[in-house]
Amino acid sequence: MNPIVSTKRFSWPALIVVVALAAIAPLLVSDFFLNSILTKALWLGIAAASLIFLAAYAGMVSLGQVGIYGIAGMAYANLVLADGGAGAAWNPYLALIGALVIATVVGLGFGWIAARSEGIYFLMITLAFSVLVYYFFSQVTGLSGFGGINSVDLPGVVGSPETDPVPRYFLTLVVAVLVFLGLGALSRTAFGLGMQGVRDEPARMRALGFDVTRHRTLAFGVAAFVAGVAGVLSVFYNTRITPGSINLAQTIDVLIVAVIGGLYRLEGAWVGALTYALIDNYSREWVPEVGNVLGPARFNTLIGVLFLIIVLASPGGLIGIWDSLMAKVRTPRRAPAPKPVPQTIE
Amino acid sequence: MNQFVTVTLNGLTLAALYFVVASGFTLIFGLMRVVNMAHGALYLLGGYIALEIQTRWFEDEGSGLGLSLSGASDTEYSVFAWFVPLVLATLIIGVLGVVLQQVFLRWNQGQDLRQALITIALSVILADQMLAYWGGISKDIAAPSAWPTSITLPGDVRFGFFRGVVVLAAALIIGLGLYLIIKRTRFGKIVRAGVDDRDMVSALGINVNRVFIGMFFLGAMLAGIGGVLGGTMISLAPGQDTAFLLNSLIVVIIGGMGSLGGAAIGALALGLVDAYADVYLVFGDVDLTNYSIIVTFALLVGVLAVRPLGLFGRPA
Repeated sequence: MNPIVSTKRFSWPALIVVVALAAIAPLLVSDFFLNSILTKALWLGIAAASLIFLAAYAGMVSLGQVGIYGIAGMAYANLVLADGGAGAAWNPYLALIGALVIATVVGLGFGWIAARSEGIYFLMITLAFSVLVYYFFSQVTGLSGFGGINSVDLPGVVGSPETDPVPRYFLTLVVAVLVFLGLGALSRTAFGLGMQGVRDEPARMRALGFDVTRHRTLAFGVAAFVAGVAGVLSVFYNTRITPGSINLAQTIDVLIVAVIGGLYRLEGAWVGALTYALIDNYSREWVPEVGNVLGPARFNTLIGVLFLIIVLASPGGLIGIWDSLMAKVRTPRRAPAPKPVPQTIE
Repeated sequence: MNQFVTVTLNGLTLAALYFVVASGFTLIFGLMRVVNMAHGALYLLGGYIALEIQTRWFEDEGSGLGLSLSGASDTEYSVFAWFVPLVLATLIIGVLGVVLQQVFLRWNQGQDLRQALITIALSVILADQMLAYWGGISKDIAAPSAWPTSITLPGDVRFGFFRGVVVLAAALIIGLGLYLIIKRTRFGKIVRAGVDDRDMVSALGINVNRVFIGMFFLGAMLAGIGGVLGGTMISLAPGQDTAFLLNSLIVVIIGGMGSLGGAAIGALALGLVDAYADVYLVFGDVDLTNYSIIVTFALLVGVLAVRPLGLFGRPA
């Protein structure tokens, strides 16, 4: 699948409308919807955005993002006061910075190893990384607690999610917007352009004197930072983290979110995440029970089939479908019919 | 010393199983550049199908109303009760592999990422359906009752018969068979030529699609055999599909994609490292066996740092 990156820049008015709608959402929707759909979609979208960023601008489809996200989440949960894990009882803000630094450094290390391979090799190596991180945390109970790390201490900004989910929602929203704008801006810097050059023509870029491996490694580091942010936010969201929440299923879920949204546009991350969260919450109500094959308990089958259909039908995901629809609307195939003469009836 | 022999045998038998599964994965990739992420799901499904055949056709229904309070089933299994499920499950998985290739992968040959995504989607669906049908409790395929449970090696080392003899022998026979197929048959010649230059082979008038079908049949069959062996040697449970997908990935990343010899070396390295790290990571009072996964990881990173394409890998 050749990366067909949409060169269209996002439109500011659209972004402003979406963010404004998101900002007044707490007034419009129930606490449940705000929490289980919107907040979840926002942080899941950040994780998917780190994947899409790498895929779209660097041509590297990484399945290692959940591994790094897990490292960040686990690092945060170990550094603050929590039930299980190391419980170092740091100040939450300090722990937040620590977790992001750890995730980025580990990400740079992973990136350095994986960046020298390309395409499908890269996919497999990063998948192996991610699954190894999962096995590591499920083996080392000193770091992951028995049955996960629970009641993790959260920074003051988040407030207490049980009584008031709104501050956490706004925090996640602000971070998501910053990630979106930041990654978009980065892709237009000299580094971002170099990255896209490496994606399209690594040999020519090497001939021009660019250090291809370093570009790839740094891109992976940036994505690792973003994945780390998503990991810490996921701990804020769940107030706990378990090895089970960073396993292969989660790796694939983040991939599914990215693919449903569309691998070639950053916006796709949140479109996919919102779709995923909606299906996750509401499919149980309308999916008919068909023997053992389909039903409320068979969420994975449903999401797997949706994923399969998207991959088979539209490699660009929902965003791709939208783009091609818009293209059809804007360029009609036939010449427009002559305008009918307005008839006036006396 | 005895412990060392046992641990080494453990590693070798694990390696044998890894090799059987990973060889199918690597052969498919070598010829078609398809990373079959559903390989782990085919492994588990092969095991479950064999189990289903065994319990439906060969279980004595008279004894104990199907309930065995002692936990160990006292049903007698003949040698047929193991071999018939093995053969049938292997064939079914082979055919399933061909169907999968023809329906989902044939028309987008060359789009390797899309194919990987398609097989990931299929593995998600398969895993969920297997969970729905066979449940979450781990199950075993019974080995024939006539076979001894363990053998005694020189030096008074006792080791499981199935694990030590059957699995090792199966891996050796399969390895030898694959070697002969690849080196001595017309099919193997085409496959070797196809690995080097697919377009040229097809330009020479060889029906590449038929060769692809044959290769997917063979590769999926190997996953199926692996599932039956693994289901008898270890167990069948949700999550085993992931575990064996990961093992296959590591084996072929170490050994080099598409290389049969590489798969053998990679499987040996992974199996032995797994086995030793589980036991010998104790330094005085410090017990690091919990961290054994780090050693596997270090093995992977070490190989990749020196040879980004694996030990026997060649650029695509």
